[in-house]
Amino acid sequence: MKKKSSVSVWLLPIITGLIFVACWYSLRLWFHVSEWLLPMPHEIIATMVKEHSRLLAAAGYTAWGALGGFLLAAMTGFLISLLLGRSLPLRRSLYPWLLVLQMTPVIVLTPIIVMWPLIGPGLPGIITITWLISFFPIVVNTTQGLLSTDMNHVALFRMCHASRWQEMIYLRVPAAMPFYLAGLRIAATLAPIGAIFGEYMVGNSGGGSGGLGYLVYSYNTQIKIPALFATGLTSCLLGFVFVAAVSLLNWAVLHKWHDSFEREDH
Amino acid sequence: MASLNPIVKFSAVSKRYGDGPVVLADLNLELAAGEFVSFIGPSGCGKSTVLKLVAGLNPTTQGQVSVAGTTPRQARDRQAFIFQDATLLPWLTTQHNVELPLKLRGDPVAARVAQAREMLSLVGLDQVRDYYPRQLSGGMKMRASLARALTLAPQLLLLDEPFGALDEMTRFRLNEELLALRTKTPFSALFVTHSVAEAVFLSNRIIVMTANPGRFHAEVSVEFPYPRQAELRELPGFLAKVTEVTRLLHLVEGASRA
Repeated sequence: MKKKSSVSVWLLPIITGLIFVACWYSLRLWFHVSEWLLPMPHEIIATMVKEHSRLLAAAGYTAWGALGGFLLAAMTGFLISLLLGRSLPLRRSLYPWLLVLQMTPVIVLTPIIVMWPLIGPGLPGIITITWLISFFPIVVNTTQGLLSTDMNHVALFRMCHASRWQEMIYLRVPAAMPFYLAGLRIAATLAPIGAIFGEYMVGNSGGGSGGLGYLVYSYNTQIKIPALFATGLTSCLLGFVFVAAVSLLNWAVLHKWHDSFEREDH
Repeated sequence: MASLNPIVKFSAVSKRYGDGPVVLADLNLELAAGEFVSFIGPSGCGKSTVLKLVAGLNPTTQGQVSVAGTTPRQARDRQAFIFQDATLLPWLTTQHNVELPLKLRGDPVAARVAQAREMLSLVGLDQVRDYYPRQLSGGMKMRASLARALTLAPQLLLLDEPFGALDEMTRFRLNEELLALRTKTPFSALFVTHSVAEAVFLSNRIIVMTANPGRFHAEVSVEFPYPRQAELRELPGFLAKVTEVTRLLHLVEGASRA
Protein backbone atom coordinates (compact mmCIF):
# COMPACT_ATOMS: atom_id res chain seq x y z
CA MET A 1 0.00 0.00 0.00
CA LYS A 2 2.83 2.35 0.84
CA LYS A 3 4.50 1.74 -2.57
CA LYS A 4 1.34 2.45 -4.49
CA SER A 5 0.69 5.79 -2.79
CA SER A 6 4.30 7.00 -3.14
CA VAL A 7 4.35 6.15 -6.85
CA SER A 8 1.20 8.18 -7.46
CA VAL A 9 2.66 11.02 -5.38
CA TRP A 10 5.42 11.40 -7.96
CA LEU A 11 3.79 10.13 -11.11
CA LEU A 12 0.55 12.11 -11.15
CA PRO A 13 2.10 15.60 -10.93
CA ILE A 14 4.71 14.64 -13.54
CA ILE A 15 1.95 13.60 -15.95
CA THR A 16 0.10 16.88 -15.34
CA GLY A 17 3.34 18.78 -15.94
CA LEU A 18 3.99 16.96 -19.23
CA ILE A 19 0.47 17.72 -20.45
CA PHE A 20 0.99 21.36 -19.55
CA VAL A 21 4.30 21.56 -21.47
CA ALA A 22 2.70 19.86 -24.47
CA CYS A 23 -0.09 22.47 -24.49
CA TRP A 24 2.56 25.18 -24.28
CA TYR A 25 4.42 23.86 -27.36
CA SER A 26 1.20 23.39 -29.28
CA LEU A 27 0.29 27.05 -28.73
CA ARG A 28 3.51 28.03 -30.50
CA LEU A 29 3.50 25.33 -33.21
CA TRP A 30 -0.19 25.16 -34.13
CA PHE A 31 -1.60 28.54 -33.14
CA HIS A 32 1.49 30.51 -34.11
CA VAL A 33 1.67 32.64 -30.99
CA SER A 34 4.65 34.87 -31.61
CA GLU A 35 8.03 34.07 -30.16
CA TRP A 36 8.45 37.19 -28.00
CA LEU A 37 5.03 36.70 -26.38
CA LEU A 38 5.53 33.08 -25.44
CA PRO A 39 9.03 31.66 -25.53
CA MET A 40 9.24 27.88 -25.70
CA PRO A 41 10.15 26.01 -22.52
CA HIS A 42 13.54 24.93 -23.90
CA GLU A 43 14.32 28.56 -24.81
CA ILE A 44 13.58 29.57 -21.24
CA ILE A 45 15.83 26.83 -19.91
CA ALA A 46 18.54 27.94 -22.32
CA THR A 47 18.24 31.52 -21.09
CA MET A 48 18.39 30.26 -17.52
CA VAL A 49 21.63 28.49 -18.29
CA LYS A 50 23.05 31.49 -20.14
CA GLU A 51 22.08 33.99 -17.43
CA HIS A 52 22.67 31.58 -14.58
CA SER A 53 25.30 33.61 -12.74
CA ARG A 54 23.11 36.72 -12.75
CA LEU A 55 20.00 34.77 -11.76
CA LEU A 56 21.82 32.90 -9.04
CA ALA A 57 23.28 36.05 -7.53
CA ALA A 58 19.87 37.72 -7.67
CA ALA A 59 18.15 34.70 -6.11
CA GLY A 60 20.75 34.72 -3.34
CA TYR A 61 20.09 38.39 -2.65
CA THR A 62 16.33 37.86 -2.66
CA ALA A 63 16.69 34.83 -0.39
CA TRP A 64 18.28 37.03 2.29
CA GLY A 65 15.44 39.54 2.15
CA ALA A 66 12.82 36.82 2.15
CA LEU A 67 14.50 34.90 4.97
CA GLY A 68 14.94 38.04 7.08
CA GLY A 69 11.30 39.04 6.65
CA PHE A 70 10.09 35.49 7.19
CA LEU A 71 12.05 35.00 10.41
CA LEU A 72 10.94 38.37 11.70
CA ALA A 73 7.34 37.45 10.89
CA ALA A 74 7.73 34.02 12.52
CA MET A 75 8.98 35.65 15.74
CA THR A 76 6.71 38.67 15.94
CA GLY A 77 3.72 36.65 14.72
CA PHE A 78 4.23 34.19 17.55
CA LEU A 79 4.65 36.91 20.19
CA ILE A 80 1.63 38.87 18.99
CA SER A 81 -0.41 35.67 19.07
CA LEU A 82 0.66 35.01 22.65
CA LEU A 83 -0.65 38.45 23.58
CA LEU A 84 -3.89 37.92 21.67
CA GLY A 85 -4.38 34.41 23.03
CA ARG A 86 -3.65 35.50 26.56
CA SER A 87 -6.48 37.96 27.13
CA LEU A 88 -9.81 38.88 25.62
CA PRO A 89 -9.41 42.66 26.20
CA LEU A 90 -6.06 42.63 24.40
CA ARG A 91 -7.59 40.64 21.55
CA ARG A 92 -10.45 43.10 21.27
CA SER A 93 -8.14 46.11 21.33
CA LEU A 94 -5.54 44.86 18.87
CA TYR A 95 -7.27 42.64 16.35
CA PRO A 96 -9.17 45.32 14.39
CA TRP A 97 -5.95 47.30 13.99
CA LEU A 98 -4.06 44.28 12.76
CA LEU A 99 -6.82 43.90 10.19
CA VAL A 100 -6.43 47.54 9.21
CA LEU A 101 -2.70 46.97 8.70
CA GLN A 102 -3.38 43.87 6.64
CA MET A 103 -6.09 45.52 4.52
CA THR A 104 -3.90 48.46 3.58
CA PRO A 105 -2.24 47.48 0.31
CA VAL A 106 1.50 47.09 0.75
CA ILE A 107 1.95 48.89 -2.56
CA VAL A 108 0.73 52.04 -0.81
CA LEU A 109 3.00 51.55 2.16
CA THR A 110 6.14 50.71 0.21
CA PRO A 111 7.13 54.22 -0.94
CA ILE A 112 6.51 55.43 2.62
CA ILE A 113 8.55 52.68 4.25
CA VAL A 114 11.47 53.37 1.93
CA MET A 115 11.59 56.98 3.13
CA TRP A 116 11.60 56.07 6.82
CA PRO A 117 14.78 56.63 8.77
CA LEU A 118 16.59 53.46 9.90
CA ILE A 119 14.74 51.42 7.26
CA GLY A 120 15.11 53.14 3.93
CA PRO A 121 15.78 51.35 0.64
CA GLY A 122 17.94 48.26 0.44
CA LEU A 123 17.74 45.14 2.57
CA PRO A 124 16.03 46.69 5.66
CA GLY A 125 13.22 48.05 3.48
CA ILE A 126 12.80 44.73 1.70
CA ILE A 127 12.72 42.85 4.99
CA THR A 128 10.06 45.24 6.33
CA ILE A 129 7.89 44.74 3.26
CA THR A 130 8.30 40.96 3.42
CA TRP A 131 7.39 41.01 7.09
CA LEU A 132 4.26 43.08 6.40
CA ILE A 133 3.08 40.61 3.80
CA SER A 134 3.80 37.41 5.70
CA PHE A 135 3.09 37.95 9.40
CA PHE A 136 -0.70 38.12 9.29
CA PRO A 137 -1.49 34.47 8.45
CA ILE A 138 0.85 33.42 11.26
CA VAL A 139 -1.01 35.58 13.77
CA VAL A 140 -4.47 34.46 12.65
CA ASN A 141 -3.58 30.77 12.71
CA THR A 142 -1.61 30.77 15.94
CA THR A 143 -4.19 32.78 17.87
CA GLN A 144 -6.87 30.38 16.69
CA GLY A 145 -4.69 27.50 17.88
CA LEU A 146 -4.09 29.03 21.31
CA LEU A 147 -7.84 29.43 21.75
CA SER A 148 -8.79 25.95 20.51
CA THR A 149 -7.37 23.99 23.42
CA ASP A 150 -9.43 20.99 24.52
CA MET A 151 -11.58 22.05 27.49
CA ASN A 152 -10.89 18.81 29.35
CA HIS A 153 -7.16 19.47 29.05
CA VAL A 154 -7.73 22.90 30.56
CA ALA A 155 -9.77 21.31 33.37
CA LEU A 156 -6.94 18.84 33.96
CA PHE A 157 -4.47 21.70 34.33
CA ARG A 158 -6.82 23.56 36.68
CA MET A 159 -7.17 20.42 38.81
CA CYS A 160 -3.37 20.31 39.04
CA HIS A 161 -3.20 23.92 40.27
CA ALA A 162 -1.38 24.96 37.11
CA SER A 163 -0.64 28.67 36.90
CA ARG A 164 -1.76 30.57 33.78
CA TRP A 165 1.86 30.68 32.76
CA GLN A 166 2.19 26.88 33.04
CA GLU A 167 -1.09 26.47 31.18
CA MET A 168 0.32 28.65 28.38
CA ILE A 169 3.70 26.97 27.93
CA TYR A 170 2.81 23.36 28.71
CA LEU A 171 -0.66 23.24 27.19
CA ARG A 172 -1.74 26.05 24.90
CA VAL A 173 1.53 26.60 23.04
CA PRO A 174 2.14 22.92 22.19
CA ALA A 175 -1.53 22.50 21.27
CA ALA A 176 -1.20 25.51 18.94
CA MET A 177 1.94 24.16 17.20
CA PRO A 178 0.10 22.57 14.25
CA PHE A 179 -1.72 25.89 13.72
CA TYR A 180 1.51 27.90 14.02
CA LEU A 181 3.22 25.65 11.49
CA ALA A 182 0.28 25.95 9.10
CA GLY A 183 0.67 29.73 9.41
CA LEU A 184 4.40 29.46 8.75
CA ARG A 185 3.69 27.43 5.64
CA ILE A 186 1.47 30.16 4.21
CA ALA A 187 4.07 32.75 5.23
CA ALA A 188 6.78 30.72 3.47
CA THR A 189 4.91 31.01 0.17
CA LEU A 190 4.39 34.73 0.72
CA ALA A 191 7.89 35.69 1.88
CA PRO A 192 9.74 35.33 -1.48
CA ILE A 193 6.87 37.12 -3.22
CA GLY A 194 7.11 39.89 -0.64
CA ALA A 195 10.85 40.21 -1.10
CA ILE A 196 10.62 40.28 -4.90
CA PHE A 197 7.86 42.84 -4.75
CA GLY A 198 9.92 44.89 -2.32
CA GLU A 199 12.95 44.78 -4.60
CA TYR A 200 10.84 45.77 -7.56
CA MET A 201 9.56 48.81 -5.70
CA VAL A 202 12.77 49.72 -3.90
CA GLY A 203 14.64 49.17 -7.14
CA ASN A 204 12.60 52.04 -8.54
CA SER A 205 13.62 54.21 -5.63
CA GLY A 206 17.20 53.88 -6.65
CA GLY A 207 18.56 51.75 -3.83
CA GLY A 208 17.88 48.31 -5.28
CA SER A 209 20.88 46.18 -5.98
CA GLY A 210 20.70 42.66 -7.34
CA GLY A 211 17.53 40.84 -6.32
CA LEU A 212 15.08 38.97 -8.56
CA GLY A 213 12.63 41.87 -8.24
CA TYR A 214 15.26 44.21 -9.60
CA LEU A 215 15.99 41.78 -12.45
CA VAL A 216 12.27 41.76 -13.34
CA TYR A 217 12.41 45.54 -13.54
CA SER A 218 15.55 45.58 -15.60
CA TYR A 219 14.59 42.76 -18.03
CA ASN A 220 11.19 44.35 -18.44
CA THR A 221 12.61 47.68 -19.54
CA GLN A 222 14.87 45.84 -21.99
CA ILE A 223 11.93 43.69 -23.20
CA LYS A 224 13.91 40.50 -22.63
CA ILE A 225 10.90 38.21 -22.44
CA PRO A 226 12.62 34.77 -22.16
CA ALA A 227 14.79 36.24 -19.38
CA LEU A 228 11.64 37.42 -17.59
CA PHE A 229 10.23 33.88 -17.80
CA ALA A 230 13.55 32.55 -16.52
CA THR A 231 13.36 34.97 -13.59
CA GLY A 232 9.82 33.79 -12.86
CA LEU A 233 10.95 30.19 -12.84
CA THR A 234 13.86 31.02 -10.54
CA SER A 235 11.49 32.81 -8.13
CA CYS A 236 9.26 29.77 -8.15
CA LEU A 237 12.21 27.53 -7.27
CA LEU A 238 13.16 29.87 -4.43
CA GLY A 239 9.59 29.67 -3.13
CA PHE A 240 9.81 25.88 -3.21
CA VAL A 241 12.98 25.97 -1.13
CA PHE A 242 11.16 28.02 1.51
CA VAL A 243 8.10 25.78 1.57
CA ALA A 244 10.29 22.68 1.68
CA ALA A 245 12.19 24.07 4.66
CA VAL A 246 8.96 24.74 6.56
CA SER A 247 7.58 21.31 5.60
CA LEU A 248 10.73 19.78 7.05
CA LEU A 249 10.26 21.78 10.24
CA ASN A 250 6.61 20.72 10.33
CA TRP A 251 7.65 17.09 10.03
CA ALA A 252 10.34 17.45 12.69
CA VAL A 253 7.95 18.98 15.22
CA LEU A 254 4.80 16.96 14.55
CA HIS A 255 5.54 13.56 13.03
CA LYS A 256 5.89 11.74 16.34
CA TRP A 257 2.58 12.70 17.82
CA HIS A 258 0.25 14.52 15.44
CA ASP A 259 -2.59 12.72 13.67
CA SER A 260 -1.69 14.33 10.35
CA PHE A 261 1.31 11.98 10.30
CA GLU A 262 -0.71 8.87 11.20
CA ARG A 263 0.57 5.90 9.23
CA GLU A 264 -1.75 5.12 6.35
CA ASP A 265 -1.45 1.37 6.57
CA HIS A 266 -4.75 0.44 8.14
CA MET B 1 -24.47 6.62 56.21
CA ALA B 2 -23.42 9.37 58.57
CA SER B 3 -19.77 9.50 59.41
CA LEU B 4 -17.77 11.88 61.51
CA ASN B 5 -15.43 13.04 58.79
CA PRO B 6 -17.06 12.54 55.41
CA ILE B 7 -14.63 13.10 52.54
CA VAL B 8 -17.43 14.55 50.42
CA LYS B 9 -20.57 16.18 51.70
CA PHE B 10 -23.45 17.66 49.67
CA SER B 11 -25.84 19.83 51.70
CA ALA B 12 -28.99 20.85 49.80
CA VAL B 13 -27.03 21.46 46.60
CA SER B 14 -28.71 22.89 43.50
CA LYS B 15 -27.14 23.89 40.22
CA ARG B 16 -28.30 25.81 37.20
CA TYR B 17 -26.26 27.41 34.45
CA GLY B 18 -27.15 31.10 34.19
CA ASP B 19 -30.87 31.46 33.53
CA GLY B 20 -31.16 27.93 32.16
CA PRO B 21 -33.22 25.14 33.65
CA VAL B 22 -32.29 23.68 37.03
CA VAL B 23 -29.77 20.90 36.34
CA LEU B 24 -29.44 19.52 39.84
CA ALA B 25 -31.94 19.99 42.65
CA ASP B 26 -31.59 19.52 46.38
CA LEU B 27 -28.81 16.96 46.53
CA ASN B 28 -27.73 15.56 49.88
CA LEU B 29 -24.93 13.05 50.18
CA GLU B 30 -22.18 11.98 52.49
CA LEU B 31 -19.27 9.93 51.27
CA ALA B 32 -17.17 8.29 53.99
CA ALA B 33 -13.49 7.74 53.41
CA GLY B 34 -12.88 4.49 51.57
CA GLU B 35 -16.28 4.36 49.91
CA PHE B 36 -16.85 3.73 46.22
CA VAL B 37 -20.08 5.35 45.08
CA SER B 38 -21.47 5.19 41.54
CA PHE B 39 -24.00 7.49 39.93
CA ILE B 40 -26.24 6.07 37.30
CA GLY B 41 -29.24 7.57 35.53
CA PRO B 42 -30.75 8.67 32.23
CA SER B 43 -28.57 10.89 30.05
CA GLY B 44 -28.98 14.55 30.91
CA CYS B 45 -29.56 13.84 34.60
CA GLY B 46 -26.48 15.84 35.57
CA LYS B 47 -24.23 12.97 36.67
CA SER B 48 -21.14 14.61 35.24
CA THR B 49 -22.08 17.95 36.76
CA VAL B 50 -22.08 16.31 40.19
CA LEU B 51 -18.43 15.41 39.69
CA LYS B 52 -17.57 18.88 38.41
CA LEU B 53 -19.06 20.41 41.55
CA VAL B 54 -16.87 18.17 43.69
CA ALA B 55 -13.81 19.05 41.59
CA GLY B 56 -14.55 22.74 41.96
CA LEU B 57 -14.65 23.10 38.18
CA ASN B 58 -18.18 24.50 38.51
CA PRO B 59 -19.62 26.46 41.45
CA THR B 60 -22.89 25.44 43.08
CA THR B 61 -25.91 27.69 42.69
CA GLN B 62 -27.35 26.87 46.11
CA GLY B 63 -26.20 24.77 49.00
CA GLN B 64 -22.73 23.60 49.74
CA VAL B 65 -20.29 20.97 48.62
CA SER B 66 -17.44 20.29 50.98
CA VAL B 67 -14.48 18.04 50.29
CA ALA B 68 -12.36 16.81 53.19
CA GLY B 69 -13.92 19.49 55.37
CA THR B 70 -13.01 22.37 53.09
CA THR B 71 -14.09 23.87 49.75
CA PRO B 72 -13.70 21.84 46.57
CA ARG B 73 -11.11 24.27 45.21
CA GLN B 74 -8.98 24.13 48.34
CA ALA B 75 -9.20 20.36 48.36
CA ARG B 76 -7.90 19.95 44.81
CA ASP B 77 -4.64 18.48 46.08
CA ARG B 78 -6.58 15.60 47.50
CA GLN B 79 -8.53 14.69 44.38
CA ALA B 80 -7.96 13.70 40.79
CA PHE B 81 -10.35 13.73 37.87
CA ILE B 82 -10.53 11.08 35.18
CA PHE B 83 -12.37 12.03 32.02
CA GLN B 84 -14.20 9.86 29.53
CA ASP B 85 -11.51 10.31 26.92
CA ALA B 86 -8.13 9.76 28.51
CA THR B 87 -7.14 13.45 27.96
CA LEU B 88 -3.49 12.55 27.53
CA LEU B 89 -1.50 15.33 25.92
CA PRO B 90 -0.79 13.98 22.41
CA TRP B 91 2.64 15.62 22.19
CA LEU B 92 3.99 13.91 25.30
CA THR B 93 5.11 10.31 25.67
CA THR B 94 3.24 8.11 28.11
CA GLN B 95 6.00 8.61 30.67
CA HIS B 96 5.88 12.40 30.34
CA ASN B 97 2.10 12.41 30.48
CA VAL B 98 2.17 10.59 33.78
CA GLU B 99 4.84 12.95 35.07
CA LEU B 100 2.78 16.02 34.18
CA PRO B 101 0.95 16.60 37.49
CA LEU B 102 4.25 16.25 39.36
CA LYS B 103 5.95 18.63 36.95
CA LEU B 104 3.19 21.21 37.39
CA ARG B 105 3.59 20.86 41.14
CA GLY B 106 7.31 21.58 40.77
CA ASP B 107 8.74 18.22 41.82
CA PRO B 108 12.42 17.68 40.95
CA VAL B 109 13.06 15.71 37.76
CA ALA B 110 14.56 12.61 39.34
CA ALA B 111 11.70 12.22 41.82
CA ARG B 112 8.98 12.61 39.24
CA VAL B 113 10.63 10.26 36.75
CA ALA B 114 10.87 7.56 39.41
CA GLN B 115 7.32 8.16 40.63
CA ALA B 116 5.86 8.03 37.12
CA ARG B 117 7.77 4.82 36.35
CA GLU B 118 6.38 3.23 39.45
CA MET B 119 2.82 4.21 38.57
CA LEU B 120 3.24 2.96 35.02
CA SER B 121 4.44 -0.42 36.16
CA LEU B 122 1.52 -0.53 38.60
CA VAL B 123 -0.91 -0.25 35.66
CA GLY B 124 1.21 -2.58 33.51
CA LEU B 125 2.48 -0.06 30.98
CA ASP B 126 6.28 -0.44 31.45
CA GLN B 127 6.65 -1.57 27.84
CA VAL B 128 5.08 1.53 26.31
CA ARG B 129 6.63 4.29 28.40
CA ASP B 130 8.11 6.00 25.35
CA TYR B 131 5.05 5.61 23.14
CA TYR B 132 2.95 8.58 22.19
CA PRO B 133 -0.79 8.43 22.99
CA ARG B 134 -1.80 7.80 19.38
CA GLN B 135 0.25 4.59 19.47
CA LEU B 136 -1.74 3.26 22.45
CA SER B 137 -4.97 1.28 22.41
CA GLY B 138 -8.05 2.69 24.13
CA GLY B 139 -7.48 0.51 27.19
CA MET B 140 -3.82 1.51 27.44
CA LYS B 141 -4.71 5.19 27.20
CA MET B 142 -7.14 4.80 30.07
CA ARG B 143 -4.52 2.96 32.14
CA ALA B 144 -2.08 5.80 31.50
CA SER B 145 -4.77 8.26 32.55
CA LEU B 146 -5.30 6.27 35.77
CA ALA B 147 -1.56 6.22 36.42
CA ARG B 148 -1.42 9.98 35.91
CA ALA B 149 -4.31 10.53 38.33
CA LEU B 150 -2.71 8.33 40.96
CA THR B 151 0.76 9.97 40.87
CA LEU B 152 -0.44 12.58 43.32
CA ALA B 153 -1.80 9.88 45.65
CA PRO B 154 -5.27 11.43 45.80
CA GLN B 155 -7.69 10.58 48.59
CA LEU B 156 -10.58 10.97 46.22
CA LEU B 157 -10.87 9.90 42.60
CA LEU B 158 -13.60 11.38 40.39
CA LEU B 159 -14.28 9.21 37.36
CA ASP B 160 -16.58 10.47 34.61
CA GLU B 161 -17.55 7.43 32.49
CA PRO B 162 -13.88 6.49 32.15
CA PHE B 163 -14.51 3.14 30.45
CA GLY B 164 -17.53 4.16 28.37
CA ALA B 165 -15.68 4.08 25.06
CA LEU B 166 -14.04 0.70 25.59
CA ASP B 167 -15.17 -2.73 24.45
CA GLU B 168 -16.79 -4.98 27.03
CA MET B 169 -13.81 -7.25 27.68
CA THR B 170 -11.41 -4.35 28.17
CA ARG B 171 -13.96 -2.65 30.39
CA PHE B 172 -14.26 -5.72 32.61
CA ARG B 173 -10.51 -6.03 32.87
CA LEU B 174 -10.08 -2.36 33.75
CA ASN B 175 -12.84 -2.63 36.37
CA GLU B 176 -10.85 -5.39 38.04
CA GLU B 177 -7.62 -3.44 37.74
CA LEU B 178 -9.22 -0.33 39.22
CA LEU B 179 -10.25 -2.28 42.32
CA ALA B 180 -6.82 -3.92 42.52
CA LEU B 181 -5.19 -0.47 42.41
CA ARG B 182 -7.31 0.55 45.37
CA THR B 183 -5.70 -2.13 47.52
CA LYS B 184 -2.27 -0.69 46.69
CA THR B 185 -3.05 3.03 46.87
CA PRO B 186 -6.32 3.45 48.77
CA PHE B 187 -8.71 6.11 47.51
CA SER B 188 -12.39 6.91 47.76
CA ALA B 189 -14.21 7.18 44.47
CA LEU B 190 -17.17 8.88 42.84
CA PHE B 191 -17.91 7.08 39.61
CA VAL B 192 -20.28 8.07 36.81
CA THR B 193 -21.37 5.32 34.44
CA HIS B 194 -24.07 4.09 32.09
CA SER B 195 -23.34 0.46 32.81
CA VAL B 196 -25.27 -1.18 35.63
CA ALA B 197 -22.95 -4.21 35.74
CA GLU B 198 -19.95 -1.93 36.08
CA ALA B 199 -21.59 0.04 38.89
CA VAL B 200 -22.53 -3.13 40.79
CA PHE B 201 -19.08 -4.65 40.37
CA LEU B 202 -17.22 -1.57 41.58
CA SER B 203 -19.33 0.19 44.17
CA ASN B 204 -20.46 -0.27 47.71
CA ARG B 205 -23.30 2.16 47.00
CA ILE B 206 -25.11 3.05 43.81
CA ILE B 207 -27.15 6.24 43.50
CA VAL B 208 -29.85 6.18 40.85
CA MET B 209 -30.64 9.64 39.51
CA THR B 210 -33.67 11.13 37.78
CA ALA B 211 -33.49 13.82 35.12
CA ASN B 212 -35.07 17.29 34.68
CA PRO B 213 -33.98 18.31 37.22
CA GLY B 214 -31.34 15.85 38.33
CA ARG B 215 -32.11 14.38 41.74
CA PHE B 216 -30.87 11.47 43.78
CA HIS B 217 -33.81 9.12 43.38
CA ALA B 218 -32.77 5.95 45.12
CA GLU B 219 -29.78 4.41 46.77
CA VAL B 220 -28.76 0.78 46.51
CA SER B 221 -26.07 -0.65 48.71
CA VAL B 222 -23.91 -3.41 47.32
CA GLU B 223 -22.55 -5.55 50.11
CA PHE B 224 -20.12 -7.90 48.39
CA PRO B 225 -16.85 -7.69 50.31
CA TYR B 226 -13.70 -6.27 48.75
CA PRO B 227 -11.38 -7.36 47.22
CA ARG B 228 -13.74 -8.41 44.48
CA GLN B 229 -12.62 -10.75 41.72
CA ALA B 230 -13.88 -11.38 38.19
CA GLU B 231 -15.80 -14.45 39.40
CA LEU B 232 -18.17 -12.17 41.31
CA ARG B 233 -19.92 -11.41 38.04
CA GLU B 234 -21.11 -15.03 37.83
CA LEU B 235 -22.70 -15.25 41.28
CA PRO B 236 -26.50 -15.27 41.48
CA GLY B 237 -26.37 -12.48 44.07
CA PHE B 238 -24.51 -10.28 41.59
CA LEU B 239 -27.06 -10.88 38.86
CA ALA B 240 -29.88 -10.19 41.30
CA LYS B 241 -28.28 -6.86 42.19
CA VAL B 242 -27.88 -5.95 38.53
CA THR B 243 -31.56 -6.76 37.98
CA GLU B 244 -32.58 -4.65 40.97
CA VAL B 245 -30.66 -1.61 39.77
CA THR B 246 -31.76 -2.08 36.16
CA ARG B 247 -35.38 -2.16 37.29
CA LEU B 248 -34.93 1.07 39.22
CA LEU B 249 -33.28 2.64 36.20
CA HIS B 250 -36.17 1.66 33.92
CA LEU B 251 -38.61 3.11 36.40
CA VAL B 252 -36.69 6.38 36.46
CA GLU B 253 -36.32 6.56 32.69
CA GLY B 254 -40.01 5.91 32.21
CA ALA B 255 -40.84 8.66 34.68
CA SER B 256 -38.54 11.24 33.12
CA ARG B 257 -39.82 10.48 29.64
CA ALA B 258 -43.43 11.00 30.70
